[in-house]
Amino acid sequence: MADRYSFSLTTFSPSGKLVQIEYALNAVNQGVTALGIKATNGIVLATEKKSSSPLIDPPSLSKISLITPDIGMVYAGMGPDYRVLVDKARKVSHTGYKRIYNEYPPTRILVQDVARVVQEATQSGGVRPYGVSLLVAGWDEGIEPEAADIKNDSDSPAKPAGKTGGILKGGPSLYQVDPSGSYYPWKATAIGKHATSAKTFLEKRYTEGLELEDAIHIALLTLKETIEGEMNGDTIEIGIVGPPADHLLGYEGVEGAQGPRFRKLTKEQIEDYLTNL
Amino acid sequence: MGSPFDINGGACVAMVGKDCVAIACDLRLGMQALTISNNFPKIFNYAPSTYLGLTGLATDVNTVSDLFRYKVNMYRLREERHISPSDPGQPGQLIVPFICGFDSIGCIDFAKDFIVSGTASDQLFGTCEGLWEPDLGPEDLFETISQALLSAVDRDALSGWGAQVYIIEKDKVTQRLLKGRQD
Repeated sequence: MADRYSFSLTTFSPSGKLVQIEYALNAVNQGVTALGIKATNGIVLATEKKSSSPLIDPPSLSKISLITPDIGMVYAGMGPDYRVLVDKARKVSHTGYKRIYNEYPPTRILVQDVARVVQEATQSGGVRPYGVSLLVAGWDEGIEPEAADIKNDSDSPAKPAGKTGGILKGGPSLYQVDPSGSYYPWKATAIGKHATSAKTFLEKRYTEGLELEDAIHIALLTLKETIEGEMNGDTIEIGIVGPPADHLLGYEGVEGAQGPRFRKLTKEQIEDYLTNL
Repeated sequence: MGSPFDINGGACVAMVGKDCVAIACDLRLGMQALTISNNFPKIFNYAPSTYLGLTGLATDVNTVSDLFRYKVNMYRLREERHISPSDPGQPGQLIVPFICGFDSIGCIDFAKDFIVSGTASDQLFGTCEGLWEPDLGPEDLFETISQALLSAVDRDALSGWGAQVYIIEKDKVTQRLLKGRQD
């Protein structure tokens, strides 16, 4: 009887559940752990690159992706579903935003667009929900949190949107998107197999006013708690949103040009962090 | 039957000043040579310092201004911020004066000085070329754009019958009505 509601994606069970979506979450919870930590001056995304065979060539595996120059993404769950979502996120950031407004979407708008894609897969015929949870990290131009506080004091009419996530609010933001299409803003979180223990660890380690370097350190410590294999530059993947990386621009001497804030750390950079752990 | 651009008449002009911009339009609505109304503004406000002037077929002026009102309102609800014509950078940073024009198929004209449109555009090009100079302050810019518009519409049978002028500064917008010739 209980199974009567497990096949049709769009049929609620009497208790109000959509079991296919819960199964998608189960797929996520079997996936390799990924985590994200927001700092005052950036965000770190980290995950384990687990290879099933020693013959796999690690540098060609990539789990953290750039979506726009200032937004990056990591996943837990099914790799192929993730790649589809990365393609769709990149596409929608242009068709739905950059080609209209001539600038890249703010993080919250991009997250809403991706969440819409994910939600549509829970209410359409002939499809299954995406078997991934995503962590989306991005930096928005606008009034940064500290500046907003100062501005509030002076009783100015241009009131920043404050905690609502209004886009006047600039600076770093970190979101999780689930197979249901729901999304949550986090200071720090983890998804995947060891998400619960990683989150407990992060709760102990996270402090307000964290710097990006500290966040990378905590991210590696958290991964260390849950990692199954060895920890080195080949088995760890780190993406950061930090200060504009003008050296990645590919050219110089153009006034006003700003490098991408999102970049992935190289194997050597990761190993440097690991030796200082 | 004339071109749809010339049926109702009307003129619009925008100018860049020093830390300010100005946009002005005439108020005429006509049917060929017959004037129907002298209260048909062609400038529409979409955000605190974002204005759009539309000239051409009046029914399309209404349609396009309404469509933009819808789009801009949707943007504001979605993004919880006002729209602006170009990337403003970070609030608190320098916000620069910006004007641009579009032809009827959407080709952008980024101008450092002025933009003209409407049935008096030939005349406006002349008056603007003659009167505009760089780095005009708000008061001087008002005088310049007003004289440019009023002189131009006096030489166009399909434009005139009063004018509306907006002077947009960093934190202030001034709207002025010019009576103009009513003949």
